[in-house]
Amino acid sequence: MTTTDISPRTQTSDYAIELRGISKAFGPVQANKDISIKVRRGTIHGIVGENGAGKSTLMSILYGFYRADAGDILINGQATEIPDSQSAIRAGIGMVFQHFKLVENFSVLENVILGAEAGGLLRPSLSRARGLLKDLAREFELNVDPDARIEDLSVGHQQRVEILKALYREADILILDEPTGVLTPSEADHLFRILRGLKEQGKTIVLITHKLREIMDVTDDVSVMRRGEMVATRPTAQTSPTELAELMVGRKVLLRVEKPPARPGKTVLQVDNLRVVDSQGVERLRGISLNVRAGEILGIAGVAGNGQSELLEVLAGLREAEGQAQLRGEDLPLAGPGAGAISRRRQGVAHVPEDRHRRGLVLRFMAWENMALGYHHDPAYNSGPLRMNNAAIIHDTEAKMQHFDVRPPDPMLQAEGFSGGNQQKLVLAREMERNPEILLVGQPTRGVDIGAIEFIHQQLIRLRDQGSAILLVSVELDEILALSDRIAVMFDGRIMGERQPDQTNIQELGLLMAGMT
Amino acid sequence: MKATDRIPHWADVTLVPLVSVALAFAISAILIWAIGENPWEAVKLMVEGSFGSSYGWGYTLFYATNFMFTGLAVSVAFQARLFNIGGEGQALLGGLGVALVCLYIPWPHWTLALIGAMVGGAVFGALWALIPGWLQAKRGSHIVITTIMFNFIAASLLGYMLVNVLRPQGTQDPSSPRFPPETALPSLHDILALVGIPFSRVPPVNISLLIAVAMCFAVWYLLWRTRLGYQIRAFGESEPAAEYAGISPARITIYTMLISGALAGLMAVNSVLGEQQRLVLNAVEGAGFIGIAVALMGRNHPFGVFLAAMLFGFLYQGGAELALWTGIPRELIVVIQALVILFTGALDNMVRIPIARLFAQARARGR
Repeated sequence: MTTTDISPRTQTSDYAIELRGISKAFGPVQANKDISIKVRRGTIHGIVGENGAGKSTLMSILYGFYRADAGDILINGQATEIPDSQSAIRAGIGMVFQHFKLVENFSVLENVILGAEAGGLLRPSLSRARGLLKDLAREFELNVDPDARIEDLSVGHQQRVEILKALYREADILILDEPTGVLTPSEADHLFRILRGLKEQGKTIVLITHKLREIMDVTDDVSVMRRGEMVATRPTAQTSPTELAELMVGRKVLLRVEKPPARPGKTVLQVDNLRVVDSQGVERLRGISLNVRAGEILGIAGVAGNGQSELLEVLAGLREAEGQAQLRGEDLPLAGPGAGAISRRRQGVAHVPEDRHRRGLVLRFMAWENMALGYHHDPAYNSGPLRMNNAAIIHDTEAKMQHFDVRPPDPMLQAEGFSGGNQQKLVLAREMERNPEILLVGQPTRGVDIGAIEFIHQQLIRLRDQGSAILLVSVELDEILALSDRIAVMFDGRIMGERQPDQTNIQELGLLMAGMT
Repeated sequence: MKATDRIPHWADVTLVPLVSVALAFAISAILIWAIGENPWEAVKLMVEGSFGSSYGWGYTLFYATNFMFTGLAVSVAFQARLFNIGGEGQALLGGLGVALVCLYIPWPHWTLALIGAMVGGAVFGALWALIPGWLQAKRGSHIVITTIMFNFIAASLLGYMLVNVLRPQGTQDPSSPRFPPETALPSLHDILALVGIPFSRVPPVNISLLIAVAMCFAVWYLLWRTRLGYQIRAFGESEPAAEYAGISPARITIYTMLISGALAGLMAVNSVLGEQQRLVLNAVEGAGFIGIAVALMGRNHPFGVFLAAMLFGFLYQGGAELALWTGIPRELIVVIQALVILFTGALDNMVRIPIARLFAQARARGR
């Protein structure tokens, strides 16, 4: 490292980052089109946009993962070439990725110095890092045990290690990509306190998120991207979530769906004392009891990884469990024969899985082939004992695609050729059009653009009003609050409590999600 | 989005393999030229030797028949993402099945013998594939490892059977006795004579060719028209999605391996019953392994397998002609075949990515 590269971050401009006319194409796809943006020094600048709007591509260009096809990058007013991430670090840019890049079985200190060791011997670097960590902990509430192993830390603490790594490399500009996706509300608040503290020290922070509430809470300025273009930059104080949502989608959207009050009927699903031990011997569900009635939506809130996925899998017949369950008063086997996914579907349990790419769809199958997934035994889809009636499935798919407004409405298109929102609509069409007794739905709008979110929420409420029971699992509290008629909060394989959506708030749910009652 | 995703389907199945084969031939031509032979003459000799006479056609089609069976075996397994390397062993065991059926059951007519031999070959091949399939499904033993090992076990087992059980008293040759003449299958010469087309009677190509072609169609029907085929493909594309759909991975693994092994075993009807009329030690001659290349080149699609099997039949027959009539050593023919495998199988992306780029450029210009 030469000193001329790092230290003279001379304050020649009011802008920490200035991008001029950045364009980047991947094959025929234009990910960034002539993007210009100015980020004021010492501010928190939000970048919002739907999935695929080009936010990540832009930040990857800034961090040297991609090279722009055209355009200039100015850091502190100076034109800067960023061919790789080493140059980005030298320019004072630090990045905290959505998926952390930490060595699980290394200690915090070892992770912090990894790649920035001062020499062949580790001891000088380690002691320097230890001192720095102590200072940072005091100054910014960035306290992490320097000797703890990463795998023993909570997600929130792991994220702090990522921030510490950037600060250890003397980053002046910190880019955070969807930092709150894995955090509880209180962890998120803590993160924002850290970010405000860093801002007061003169650091510049770029926050990429799709959560408009966070943008309104912490940013000074906000830029909106849509389809690879930068459509607007506003001082946060002079905009509103409604305006931002419209800018993101390009048309008016309802942020909250109209929901008539529920008229719950008989209990459809009753679960008592559900227990699951995974293959590593860890208890994932520790005695879950709940019930869902016809015509109501039970929302399961919680930070990802607290047993919600296992609960869905057990109910959908993808995982065996101990305990009792009844569907419409009849015993629902939880292990052994009759506990599989096929039997569940026969009994009227439909399942929109949390991960549509892994489970919900076969990406290389055409839309019509995906429409038969799980229902390939349906007599209407077969002719004879062996042969599938492809024509009938294609016909049925066309109808369902039209009903759910899947675009393009082409049953012969491979699932991977649809956008995230349309992929999810395919899954929902498959599961909801059968009018199930109960619909299990996990993260229905993850990776789905705002316009499609609105539609999906309307469809879920429509199904509810037709008398289906719905069990909704989501890590988005806003979604839980918008859709649920009752809310159960899961933490560490238990249900911490149940609340009515109109008698609770994010703070209370946040405490429950963190295991505090 | 990856550039490779943007290639039209027709180009993916025709242009990419054709360019790959052309490249392989180009390098082969350089090699032939480098050892002082004339590449043009070599090509002419290969084409004439394999397609220039009904004698050549006969051998080309005979080899292609073998490769269709083993290529289909690998393809079916690969549709379920099971890499069945054991076609060689399964075909060997299929040969044992064919031999036992033909030697120990008195058949009145070749039609019945053919059915019996098909059942024997398919059942023995399927059972030999069942063991690795079961081990993978229930015990998680990797099918690549187990099927490779089962090739060796099959060879040893066959050796034992030939030397100690099937070998007639008083001969030194480790092979079974000749099958009864009633079991002899009609050759292509006999079949074409019925419709008045003259065809050489020398090459061993026989009615198994028609069975192999029918199997290409049957496998296509299985994979794209039946529920089992749907489940096999769903499992192959995404195991979590298959589980979600209630498709049992263990059951599909076992079914797929049974079908794959049966197809490999059927090869013995062509080579053991159709050609040799007895079981010899090396009845498969590497066709089980060529099947992997055939499946790779044929994109695991039955019609692709048919075409790729024809190409490898041509390489086999043309290569034999080269070795016979030129100074090009036998080893170089193996090199040529290896180059084709290398380019069509292993270096697929080397051709695919530039072609995808060309298409992207053409599309950009068209806009």
